[in-house]
Amino acid sequence: MDLYEYQGKQYFARYNIPVSAGGVATTVDEAVKAANDAQYPVVVKAQVQVGGRGKAGGIKLAHNADEVRLHATNILGMDIKGHIVKRVWVEHASDIAEEYYASFTLDRAAKQHLLMISAQGGVEIEEVAAHDPTAIVKLHINPIVGLSVESARRAAIEARIPAQALDGVADILVKLYECFTKGDCDLAEINPLILKPNGEVHALDAKVSLDGNAAFRHPEWDEFSATEELDPREKLAREKNLQYIGLDGTVGIIANGAGLAMSTLDVVNQVGGTAANFLDIGGGANAELMTAALEVINSDTKVRSILINIFGGITRGDEVAKGIVEAVARVQLRAPIVIRLDGTNAKEGRQILVDAGIPASQLSTRPTMLDAARAAVELAK
Amino acid sequence: MAIFVDQQTKVIVQGLTGGQGRFHGLRNRDYGTQIVGGVTPGKAGQDVDGIPVFDTVADAVSATGATASFIAVPPKAAPAAILEAARSGINFVVCITEGVPAQDEARVFATLQRDYPMTRLLGPNCPGIISPGKCNIGITAGEIALLPSDTRPNVGIVSRSGTLTYQALYELKQQGIGVSTCVGIGGDPVPGTSFVDCLAQFQVDPETHAIMMIGEIGGSAEEEAADFISSHVTKPMSAYIAGVTAPEGKKMGHAGAIVSGGKGTARGKMEALRLAGVQIGLNPTEAGALMGEIVKSIR
Repeated sequence: MDLYEYQGKQYFARYNIPVSAGGVATTVDEAVKAANDAQYPVVVKAQVQVGGRGKAGGIKLAHNADEVRLHATNILGMDIKGHIVKRVWVEHASDIAEEYYASFTLDRAAKQHLLMISAQGGVEIEEVAAHDPTAIVKLHINPIVGLSVESARRAAIEARIPAQALDGVADILVKLYECFTKGDCDLAEINPLILKPNGEVHALDAKVSLDGNAAFRHPEWDEFSATEELDPREKLAREKNLQYIGLDGTVGIIANGAGLAMSTLDVVNQVGGTAANFLDIGGGANAELMTAALEVINSDTKVRSILINIFGGITRGDEVAKGIVEAVARVQLRAPIVIRLDGTNAKEGRQILVDAGIPASQLSTRPTMLDAARAAVELAK
Repeated sequence: MAIFVDQQTKVIVQGLTGGQGRFHGLRNRDYGTQIVGGVTPGKAGQDVDGIPVFDTVADAVSATGATASFIAVPPKAAPAAILEAARSGINFVVCITEGVPAQDEARVFATLQRDYPMTRLLGPNCPGIISPGKCNIGITAGEIALLPSDTRPNVGIVSRSGTLTYQALYELKQQGIGVSTCVGIGGDPVPGTSFVDCLAQFQVDPETHAIMMIGEIGGSAEEEAADFISSHVTKPMSAYIAGVTAPEGKKMGHAGAIVSGGKGTARGKMEALRLAGVQIGLNPTEAGALMGEIVKSIR
């Protein structure tokens, strides 16, 4: 789960990482109030989960209530690369002497935590990496050893962070690492991490991505999920406990298993079609799950055909077929179904589908993934 | 021969009295796996369909001589269960639990590396391992796998994805190709056992003549495998990588399956493997057919 900047800053504050005083606002009046509380000058910042806000006009400086009113009016409702701005974060404007970069992630290849730090902050770290890779210092951290202030300081020195900022940067690195580990982040990034003229070091932005698997030990995350932007199809699927991702194509996909679902998308693409979604119904594939899956697919008006790709393992093909027949009876479908059913008891399963007497215009079976994809893509034309 | 597990392997099930543990544990026993005990704290003295239950892994090991453990406990309990198994002398742990936090996985992996280097962890969030006809630990439906042959070439399978593992087994069975061992390493960010670990074993396993690999988007495990293959694997290979059409920034079901910052794409992985001499199928069936050709050429 990706957090908005203001949520990231609130999360940082839990770990005593210094951030600017500010408040979140969904209306112009709220923005003015937040600005008065934060004290002028303030920065009004669009809250969207996409880069390039500043260039799009989503970040503005304001010296008084009138300016806040003007900027908040312009920014709220703004479309930034397809993201509509629903909230602004209004914070006290900081004087900036220098901008740095710091982040923690899991390096999956090394199976260790990775600190990245650079004295060149304020721009995309990928750009820094492309222009001057030596400007980024990488430090691997053993998860059962952790990060000491000394190692953090050494990394900062190596990154050529100036002497007057070293103590502040090392202190923030240790706190950010704690936020990353205890806070169960996939990513905790500060860009820019700023040095103020008065010598203080401070997180001016916050990019935090949380590991959904750890939600059970973070009741404080509930408020974050409430603001999560989901497409309506994804919302419906989540309510039904389905692994669903909305896409833009015309062939609705249902498969059992994440790998098989991904593979189905690939094969549809390979034969010239486009997938409307990724949907993994998991191992079970019973009538309830299948009904729920068909309902979600049915809510997508772009869908012209539905491809069900099931490999029977422990859940046998005949059980899956019964589930499909039952589900088809329950849901008033707007698009025809093509089924590929293989694996354990697939033959029996396919017979059940034939015996159900569903018209071929509504439901047909194909023996292989490729054949089924071709048929579904043809129907979607 | 087979890799990691065979007919001698004695297995305990941590969480045998739970729904998943009981269901899969009994299925594994029916397949012929030596399931010699179960572990559920507070339930010592009970049995599950004749399989004795113990309070701790240590008790189970001293009573049964088990060397492998099958962990089917909820995500909260999985890290402690893995470390308990390692501490009690278990040297092969299969953890099917889905939903273990990545931070826990990283800590468990580092702890095993430091304190219990003799213990190999498979998973978490993996379908398990099957050496057909000998041992099946996990959720694989044993009947999909064809037994290895004494006279014809056999294939070893290693896969990051569950249902595609079955698909791979099935493709080979359709062509009458036997399987030495099929390892599902799981799709989580920090798997205990990697492609490279399995490839190294298959390379030296006399019963394995060719290797089929199933990868997916996200991370760099396939690229690392490609490096290893170039320098260490002489047996012929075919592979399939799922997720060519996956959009950037969307997790495709598995916690590890995500393309981010242009990294971890299926195309990049396929290219790396192709350069390492692996034959690439654009779908699982094609990868299976390529393996059919490979096996014919060995004959």
